[in-house]
Amino acid sequence: MSERVVELEVLRYNPETDREPHFRRYSVPCREEWVVLDALNHVKENIDPTLSYRWSCHMAVCGSCGMMINREPKLACKSFLRDYQGVIRVEPLAHFPIERDLVTVIDDFVAKLKRVKPYLIPKQPKALEDGEYRQTPAQLKRYKQFTLCINCMLCYAACPEYGLIPKFIGPAALSLAHRYNQDSRDGGREERQQEIAATEGVWECAFVGACSEVCPEHVDPAAALQQVKIKSTVDWYLEHAMPWLNK
Amino acid sequence: MARSNKPIVWGPFAAGGTLTAFLTPVLILLTLLAALGHVPDLLAYDRMHAFAAHWLVKVATVAVVFLSLWSAAHRLRITCYDLGVRADTLVAAIVYAIAVAASVAAAAYLLLI
Repeated sequence: MSERVVELEVLRYNPETDREPHFRRYSVPCREEWVVLDALNHVKENIDPTLSYRWSCHMAVCGSCGMMINREPKLACKSFLRDYQGVIRVEPLAHFPIERDLVTVIDDFVAKLKRVKPYLIPKQPKALEDGEYRQTPAQLKRYKQFTLCINCMLCYAACPEYGLIPKFIGPAALSLAHRYNQDSRDGGREERQQEIAATEGVWECAFVGACSEVCPEHVDPAAALQQVKIKSTVDWYLEHAMPWLNK
Repeated sequence: MARSNKPIVWGPFAAGGTLTAFLTPVLILLTLLAALGHVPDLLAYDRMHAFAAHWLVKVATVAVVFLSLWSAAHRLRITCYDLGVRADTLVAAIVYAIAVAASVAAAAYLLLI
């Protein structure tokens, strides 16, 4: 087993004692197959138990360990140390306030997620005895990719528009709204459009595409947002150019 | 929350972007061929002139010119914002006005044919 000593530069911030965030350096003896999260766990267990960060599954499923690694939004559990050289800088996700060390305040994202109603609103509620809602493989394919989101918020840390305009609903929440809008069983599009077709909804997106580059699950939020724009544009023209179609 | 009216400007932007993606490489290729003296007979000047004289071609040409210019104008507007120019209304007014003026000019020249 090969071992190397990795230098980690970790942002530390305790709002009760620190006036502002600062960096602390840790030397961690690492194994070849370790990821950044393993190194952080080593620091917490052996060097400094006060280090705070979120993590749970260690397998890119829970979406908890998103952080900036060498200024790029990454899942710490998916970032192999062997892919980095020199000092590795670990910071909390950009564009979010820091709660403590690598832990961010995610209330803004959670509130936005709630606003877009990311759950099935059935077209016609069915009684249990009427059986399941059936779908063809083609109908499933229309939204399946967008179900893969794990709410890790890397896309928010990558999105320069979210950094500029904090009101922007942002990539993940919009993609999840689109996921349900695309579902043949769903009838909630009208309700969601109130939020996502607003200016601070999809229209703050300038199609930078950084969200899709950093997404660890290949959801391609940028594609979802472009589809939302096209559909909202068709809505707008139908509503304004053909008012007789309005209900 | 009120729905945005952004589709007014975004619709032609998206349409123009799609058109540009398909047409621009063709136009560059044809221009290069013409510059090298290899215009196919079908695309000779007098033939193109006669082609452009038809009203349907005029309408299509104005549509292509307008959408392409609008798309470029909108992209420039967004780029300005991203580069830190926050006078968005002013920038929008200038770039869209240029796109519209150039489209009107194209229409006027086409009507002269």
